[in-house]
Amino acid sequence: MIEKTVAELSAAMTSGDISSVELTQSYLDRIHSVNDSLNAFITVCDETALAQASEADKSRAQGNTNPLLGIPLAHKDIFCTSGIRTTCGSKMLHNFISPYNATVVEKFNQAGVVTLGKTNMDEFAMGSSNETSFFGPVRNPWDLEKVPGGSSGGSAAAVAADLCAMATGTDTGGSIRQPAAFCGVTGFKPSYGRVSRWGMIAFASSLDQAGPICKSAEDAALMMNVMAGIDLKDSTSADREVEDYTATLADSVKGLRIGIPKQHFAEGLCADVEQSIREALREYEAAGAILKEIDLPNSHLSVPAYYVVAPAEASANLSRFDGVRYGHRCDNPLDLEDMYKRSRSEGFGDEVKRRILVGTYALSAGFYDAYYRKAQKIRRLIKNDFDEAFKEVDVIAGPTSPHTAFSLGAKTDPVTMYLEDIYTIAVNLAGLPGISIPAGAVNNLPVGLHIVGPDFGESRVLNAAHQFQLLTDWHQAKPAAKGGA
Amino acid sequence: MEWDTVIGLEVHVTLATKSKLFSGSAVEFGAEPNTQANIFDVALPGTLPVLNEEALRMAVKFGLAIGAEIGKRSVFDRKNYFYPDLPKGYQVTQLDFPTVGKGTLTVTLDDGTEKEIGVTRAHIEENAGKSLHEDFSGMSGIDLNRAGEPLLEIVSEPEIYTAKEAVAYLKKLHTIILYLGISDAIMAQGSMRCDVNVSLRPKGTTELGTRTEMKNINSFKFVEKAIYSEVERQKDILEDGGSITQETRRYDADRDETSSMRSKEVANDYRYFPEPDLLPVVIDDDYIEQVRATLPELPDAKRARFRDEFGLSEYDAGVLTSTREMAEYFESVATKTGDAKIAANWVSGDLQALLNKHNWNISDSPIQADRLTDLIVRIKDTTISGKIAKTVFEAMIEDASGVDQIIEAKGLKQVTDSGAIEALVDNVISNNPDQVQQFKEGKEQVIGFLVGQAMQLSKGKANPGQVNQLLRDKMK
Repeated sequence: MIEKTVAELSAAMTSGDISSVELTQSYLDRIHSVNDSLNAFITVCDETALAQASEADKSRAQGNTNPLLGIPLAHKDIFCTSGIRTTCGSKMLHNFISPYNATVVEKFNQAGVVTLGKTNMDEFAMGSSNETSFFGPVRNPWDLEKVPGGSSGGSAAAVAADLCAMATGTDTGGSIRQPAAFCGVTGFKPSYGRVSRWGMIAFASSLDQAGPICKSAEDAALMMNVMAGIDLKDSTSADREVEDYTATLADSVKGLRIGIPKQHFAEGLCADVEQSIREALREYEAAGAILKEIDLPNSHLSVPAYYVVAPAEASANLSRFDGVRYGHRCDNPLDLEDMYKRSRSEGFGDEVKRRILVGTYALSAGFYDAYYRKAQKIRRLIKNDFDEAFKEVDVIAGPTSPHTAFSLGAKTDPVTMYLEDIYTIAVNLAGLPGISIPAGAVNNLPVGLHIVGPDFGESRVLNAAHQFQLLTDWHQAKPAAKGGA
Repeated sequence: MEWDTVIGLEVHVTLATKSKLFSGSAVEFGAEPNTQANIFDVALPGTLPVLNEEALRMAVKFGLAIGAEIGKRSVFDRKNYFYPDLPKGYQVTQLDFPTVGKGTLTVTLDDGTEKEIGVTRAHIEENAGKSLHEDFSGMSGIDLNRAGEPLLEIVSEPEIYTAKEAVAYLKKLHTIILYLGISDAIMAQGSMRCDVNVSLRPKGTTELGTRTEMKNINSFKFVEKAIYSEVERQKDILEDGGSITQETRRYDADRDETSSMRSKEVANDYRYFPEPDLLPVVIDDDYIEQVRATLPELPDAKRARFRDEFGLSEYDAGVLTSTREMAEYFESVATKTGDAKIAANWVSGDLQALLNKHNWNISDSPIQADRLTDLIVRIKDTTISGKIAKTVFEAMIEDASGVDQIIEAKGLKQVTDSGAIEALVDNVISNNPDQVQQFKEGKEQVIGFLVGQAMQLSKGKANPGQVNQLLRDKMK
């Protein structure tokens, strides 16, 4: 049962085949048997999860038909959860218990979802391999020597290994989509502003966006129906009507114009991955979609622009972690400056420090125009590229990542690691919705197909992804390793 | 060598909103430490700012009051620095696109002349908390009640040339802010604070000299004294051939001197950048016009109207419009009594003296406009004389009952009964034969003495006009 999609589990609970308590216990058992090898969870909440499940069963008996009622979920440990430790993968917050819930958490609670625990992640979401976590790397269920991707690696691995039915993630430059690709699951980053950021620990405010990591596009639509919407507590959340994202899933892709950016099939793309993606695109073509090569001329600027904007915002966002009010404080500080220096030096890992330094430098007097201002200009150029492209196509598709999951410890040079997100980053800079769905395998490791839509084109992206999943069964492939179970 | 002084003022006022600039926490003055700080104010991870629209409205109101350009698209920025009373590690302010642009303040100088002083800009920003260094041995306490309070920082052009002009500018600013009701603007409580920039340059030259900044001066008087003191210090240095260091100085009111706090050369690099958690604030003409419609009559307009409508002197009109409450008080009394001259005398004279004596605001006065009106009505209908009215006024401070009751109870009603006055006059004539003789011989001014005697006998209650007439009749 635990391998099923949310839609299937919901039906099974409705028909009485299984209760939420039974289901929750199955996932908890699974977590306890394989988490030691996967390290996907930082915190597991057995007791509260079972209590929520019991509530959900009661609620269902009383006629509650919410499709997510009683479905066991895992939250990325970046979402503040009242009473449950929220670490953001950092020593800085290893002891932090939030007194409030993130809006995303609150919404899932309202929907009657069961929270199994909090998943591992790159520290403060800074990383593409989950190796920067203070709590140790997550391992890829397809091959325990490979990384799961990052930063939402714990969520992606947990879904892939059936440690939960669904999970939340966040995506600043690819942090939902790249791990979804590496772990062979579905990961969706909505348009910027579609999901509230309240209670989601900020990495780069103008890029961060929460989204679902799950087993199908249909499940992503079900999760989005809960997650999306304006939040008066988040001034950047969009004041736009929320669609029923399941409503158009069944629409045919006949006539759908799919843009293929030539820059995403250029040097650097692994040949096997390219072959898988080309085959996936042929599936669409066979179903009546129209493929059209497009030009995103400023693509090559997206990684450099991102690595100015994101660290700049992060350098300020992470200033609050100063040892004064919560989080890690060094022992026996001599004075204020000593307390700041040691608390932060001890509390943050190397990658976080590197980005704070880069961001601080980029914002410094005399460098602002050359870096931050120029990066913002590039951002507009990139957005213009997409706007132009979407005049001619309905969605844009290509590989999520240039290759499949790489080995733990393989990428030690930060710049090599930064190039991991070469196809996903521009989507964050432009604020667009993008999904990664399983679309092939190379050496028994999943390949992700990346589908991007125009501003607030969530429904269109989910529809295109769902139609692919009706035509193929890559999303149903299961890792053999499964964390050793 | 002769020197010109150039002064620029940066004034922070705390906007009188009900809650903080970006959170719903209350902003009462004097609450227990950290009782007005919510999860956003203590900068818990994941919390986000939401602009308090009331603060924006107040800033726009101020901008309109000084005829300023209103920023239709204002942008909040982060100013980054570490300090324990700044929980986020950055202050949210407006750097390049403030809500209020260039405006003008017209100030009246001591000699009665008017001067226009430019306001460069006014921007909205959040206050920091308070660090308490005294009460905790080896540690500092942090009170975040104040953290995130909305401030309006009003920056003047360097067009102020004397300490007196600086004070006139501040007083005018203070008056306008109180008229608008956008701040309590109480310097002693810190809801209005002033940073003063001072520089000297050789007389007649135009290039600005190196300036020093004196921060957080908390009274008009200290601003004036601090400027005098700093000008003298700079003059001494320059005349000895030295040069001024650009720095922040502290003014010590007890010693009446300034001392160096920190040098600007080693100042923080604040690494400003646009606050990504807030969208730019876009307002349109409709919004601006809606705010404009809520503007009260401003002091300059009110003063001109009082001068023209009530025939007041420029000086009286100025005094009576110095606060909105005073002006409203006066206008009510003047209109209801139909006698602006008497109303002006009472309000700027006896009433003002009473307020000064007790250090009261006009709203604290036990004699409100309707009671003063009643009193003046009784002077005008000759129930009491102007002199007796002062006695009644004194009684009204302690006694809340009606003016007529007080006059009645204290027996202060003017005597107009001709029989009673005749008796008084007869008494005076028979007791002062010498003076009566002198009058009869043509010494007209003796009448004053005789009237005075009669008034004294009546304990001031006799109608002096009647006494005068009857004396003359009887001494013919």
